[in-house]
Amino acid sequence: MWRYRSAFLAGFLCIVATTALTLAGPWVLKYAIDDLTRGVTAAKLRFYAGAILGLTAVGGIFRFLQRRIMIGASRDIEFDLRNDFFARLQLFEPAYFHRNRTGDLMSRATNDLNAVRMMIGPAVMYLSNTVLTFIAVIVLMLSLNVRLTLLSLIPLPILSVAVYFFGAAIHRRFDKIQEQLSTISAVTQEALAGVRVVRAYRQERFETGRFREANTEYVRRNRTLIRVQGAFFPIMGLLMGIGALLVLWLGAQDVINGRMTVGELVAFNSYLMMLAWPMIAFGWVTNLLQRGAASWKRMLEVLAAEPAITDAGANTDVTSRDQIRGDVEFRELTFSYGGTVVLRNISAKLPAGTTTAIVGATGSGKSTLLNLLPRLNDPPPGTVFVDGIDVRDLPLAAVRGAIGFVPQEPFLFSATIADNIAFGVADGAREDIERAAHIARLDKDLSDFPKGYDTVVGERGITLSGGQKQRTAIARAVMTDPKILVLDDALSAVDTYTEEEILSRLSGVMRSRTTIIVSHRISTVRTADQILVLDDGAIVERGTHDELVARHGLYAELYRKQLLEEELAAS
Amino acid sequence: MSIHEEDVLGKAYDARLMRRLITYLRPYKPEVVLATAAIIGHSALELAPPFLVKLVIDRYIPARDAGGLSLIAVVYLAVLLGSFALDYVQTWLLQLTGQRIMFDMRMQIYEHLQRLDLKFYDRNPVGRLMTRVTTDVDVLNDLFTSGVVSVFGDVFTLVGIMVMMIWIDWRLAIVAFSVLPLIWLVTQWFRRNVRESYRTVRIWIARINAYLQERITGMATVQLFRREARDFAEFDRIDRTYRDANVQSIFYYAVFYPAIELISAIAAALIIWFGGGWVMMGALTLGSLVASLQYSSRFFRPISDMSEKFNVLQGAMASSERIFQLLDTEVEIVSGSGMRDAGSERHGSRIPDPRSRLGRIAFENVTFAYVPGEPVLRNVSFTVDPGQRVALVGATGSGKTTIVSLLLRFYDVQQGRITIGGVDVRDMDVHELRSMFGLVLQDVHLFSGTIGGNVRLGNESIDEAAVRRAVDAVHAGPFIDRLPQGLDTPVAERGATLSVGQKQLLSFARALAFDPPVLVLDEATSSVDTETELLIRDALKVVMRGRTTIAIAHRLSTIQDMDRILVLHKGELREAGTHQELLAQRGIYHRLYQLQFKDRELVNSR
Repeated sequence: MWRYRSAFLAGFLCIVATTALTLAGPWVLKYAIDDLTRGVTAAKLRFYAGAILGLTAVGGIFRFLQRRIMIGASRDIEFDLRNDFFARLQLFEPAYFHRNRTGDLMSRATNDLNAVRMMIGPAVMYLSNTVLTFIAVIVLMLSLNVRLTLLSLIPLPILSVAVYFFGAAIHRRFDKIQEQLSTISAVTQEALAGVRVVRAYRQERFETGRFREANTEYVRRNRTLIRVQGAFFPIMGLLMGIGALLVLWLGAQDVINGRMTVGELVAFNSYLMMLAWPMIAFGWVTNLLQRGAASWKRMLEVLAAEPAITDAGANTDVTSRDQIRGDVEFRELTFSYGGTVVLRNISAKLPAGTTTAIVGATGSGKSTLLNLLPRLNDPPPGTVFVDGIDVRDLPLAAVRGAIGFVPQEPFLFSATIADNIAFGVADGAREDIERAAHIARLDKDLSDFPKGYDTVVGERGITLSGGQKQRTAIARAVMTDPKILVLDDALSAVDTYTEEEILSRLSGVMRSRTTIIVSHRISTVRTADQILVLDDGAIVERGTHDELVARHGLYAELYRKQLLEEELAAS
Repeated sequence: MSIHEEDVLGKAYDARLMRRLITYLRPYKPEVVLATAAIIGHSALELAPPFLVKLVIDRYIPARDAGGLSLIAVVYLAVLLGSFALDYVQTWLLQLTGQRIMFDMRMQIYEHLQRLDLKFYDRNPVGRLMTRVTTDVDVLNDLFTSGVVSVFGDVFTLVGIMVMMIWIDWRLAIVAFSVLPLIWLVTQWFRRNVRESYRTVRIWIARINAYLQERITGMATVQLFRREARDFAEFDRIDRTYRDANVQSIFYYAVFYPAIELISAIAAALIIWFGGGWVMMGALTLGSLVASLQYSSRFFRPISDMSEKFNVLQGAMASSERIFQLLDTEVEIVSGSGMRDAGSERHGSRIPDPRSRLGRIAFENVTFAYVPGEPVLRNVSFTVDPGQRVALVGATGSGKTTIVSLLLRFYDVQQGRITIGGVDVRDMDVHELRSMFGLVLQDVHLFSGTIGGNVRLGNESIDEAAVRRAVDAVHAGPFIDRLPQGLDTPVAERGATLSVGQKQLLSFARALAFDPPVLVLDEATSSVDTETELLIRDALKVVMRGRTTIAIAHRLSTIQDMDRILVLHKGELREAGTHQELLAQRGIYHRLYQLQFKDRELVNSR
């Protein structure tokens, strides 16, 4: 925010100028009216009229500048904060996003950021304006008539107390209303999510009754708010009106007694009216400041949070992905996640140029193992190695750059298919994109789309089938020319025939590199150089397909079942 | 999701939507009339102070009449108090009416949601529907709270001021009003530009939010592909455009307010110039001049307010459009005419014993597709006689669950028909039809409330003792008794504190308490410990006793007890018979059995 101190200073000066010029208006009026009671020349009248115009015009310029500078600065700060927020999010590990739901982070980036902006923009502007006007008006009123000032300000303390009291009462009621609104949401959510049970057990009216109850309570709480809030502005008007009444009544007596001129009375009245806005604005600004401060705290929770997975430990000569060959090794790796042990004592060597397959039931730890390699989760020190170097000692950019990772449920972005394939490279040439699509066997599908490679996917475009998504993700990984290719059950939605084609095309590309394949399908893994069978986090069998079938263990059982399944599918 | 919807912005004012919104005012005619009267009265009283000032300056000060001044003070006080009372009544009535209308609207939306077809729920995620009931209705409420409705109060004020000024001195009024065309020009310029820039701002904030949401969800992918720097550059670009759009809109506001003030000053200057001249000539009193000045300054306040209310109006129009769209969605599955008289006004348990209506359930050449062209069931025919126990088996996606959904008329068949006792289900009363079935789903849905409340649901005819009997019969008694308040123990959000097995038992108790002639069961596949497994198996026997049962079976025990097993494969009914018969056929069932049930059998036989 320090960067914008000159903007705030300039804005503040504009506010001073605006206030001064605004306050000069009634003063001119005073002279005009006093002269009118005494008799005046037309030239003098023209001068007064011109003065009012001139003051307002110059005041208007400052008012324009004030808004432009201060609110503009608040938008600049908002811009910086939002960028900082996004940049910070980019540093966080996946576990962070599991702990903090998307909706919550979004709310911080939108609602909270907005409240912070309101605090540093409008709130600061109106606060300066309010305080300045308030002080200046009271000084001017005192200079006109001390007694009248003191008398007319009698309602003022009451007004402040009223603002405070109302503020607190409204706040309390408002909280209760918000509470009830979440009850309404909960009741609705429950009935809508359980719509089948509601219909089957004919609970429509009962549920409607429950909703009516919550809704009625909501209206009741709102009524208590309305009773109080509805009185707020009328009471403001009443108190300000009583001030004006006192001025008119007592001021007119002063005029009669010759203690004051008519012009002074009119000017005095105008100044009193100018006080109304600051009094009201003060409560509003306080509210903005409170909310802004609370929101700023919530934003800081993100901005000040430390990412868990960083380059802090990087201490090798390897600085870029090009220096990585692709030897992978797990050494006595035991890994727990949230208190439960997910991987037990895993040791395996995956030399560059070989293909390793990992099989095992859901929850046996396959994905966890794969996620440790590109450090989506941090492995314990001394357990996961690339080219003999602990991955924790490698720069993230180097190790992630060397790995082409294809998850089971790939995430595609709302962009064209070409953009999605070239996601990991700075400027993908069209022929490279087409080659990657060919390897992933996506080219045939694309030729069926009217817009081909320029078809937009995702929320604003077409929905790809599960298999098409997986193949796009494979093309995306191939596109980065990885040293290590990781397929985490990445062909589960692709039919076996296409799968075989993809695998054979991949094996050409991956000849000198490392491939790790997780799959449920025996057909996928049977050609691998080594197969690791995971059960409950531990490697229970390892070897080639033929060796494992001969062992009549878990792998052999899986193999037998799949043959049956194939038969079934054929029938 | 709602963020993306904001992308599409409608018109700020839509006569068709407005007319429809106004129909909601109808039940509250007295309140509306009273509020309108209060608004007019308040506006009228607000006109008094400048006139009192005129009287003081013209009459009582020159006359040195302190008594008259006191009279004016009393009148002034009366005006203030009256104005206060009317203002309060007006605000209170309007907001209260607003709340009542929101209540009505919420009820209407909710009741419609309770009738809408399951098909609608398939298309619309729960989150979106929640937005309709909560946020969208609240946005409409802003019409009342932020004073768009009181805009017409402002109109009265404006007219009143004009009348007063003309009455005080028509020449001066004309002089003052000569600035009106300027006002018109400025507001037109402002409205046109602000509408445009408001649109731009909304579009870019929607893009920011969409981008942010997508990147947060896909952050792991971004990091794996080291896209951080390029994504940041893209975000920076969108964010920058948004900022610039905002700065542009600040410009319009920054010009508008001073411009209105300047015009107001022009009016004041004109009044002083012309009016002052007339005062000197004796053609105008000083009091009239001061009063005119005060009136003209009050004239401009509502005008600058109106532009603020414009945005609220635009938001309200978009929300009401979405709400009406939901309300206009037609319900397709309604009670048939054939038996409408019998039960359309009845509800839940008050329907006479459904057992008397139960006959043979028959699927006759039923074909059904959720998505046109992709049938999930093809030409399926089978019958279930009263008292029979039938199991549906088949691989995932074979159409088992769809059969259950069609039977309860969550959807209507596209070809063929489903009959019960010879009557097409489409000709029956929907509630009566569903009262024949007790549905137990895989994923047990628990409502907030107590354990007992979840057994009884909203059925008042099931008393405490009946709940107790049902709970005991399915062996849920022991675990419930261990809870701090037994049956009255509150259920945590979606039963988070209960185990899967316990929830299963509760759903059996629910089905038993409702005592339906037909039990429809979608067995849970999730594994539970052996002890609970045995309890569930036994509880199931209790619930099935004396009941026609249609079960989507995953458990061996269930299947072997069944009178008949229907084997579904790719939407077609391929095999039917008893367990032994089907095994002997060595067909699909035989293979399914080996595949799905072999492990369990091994475990169970140990």
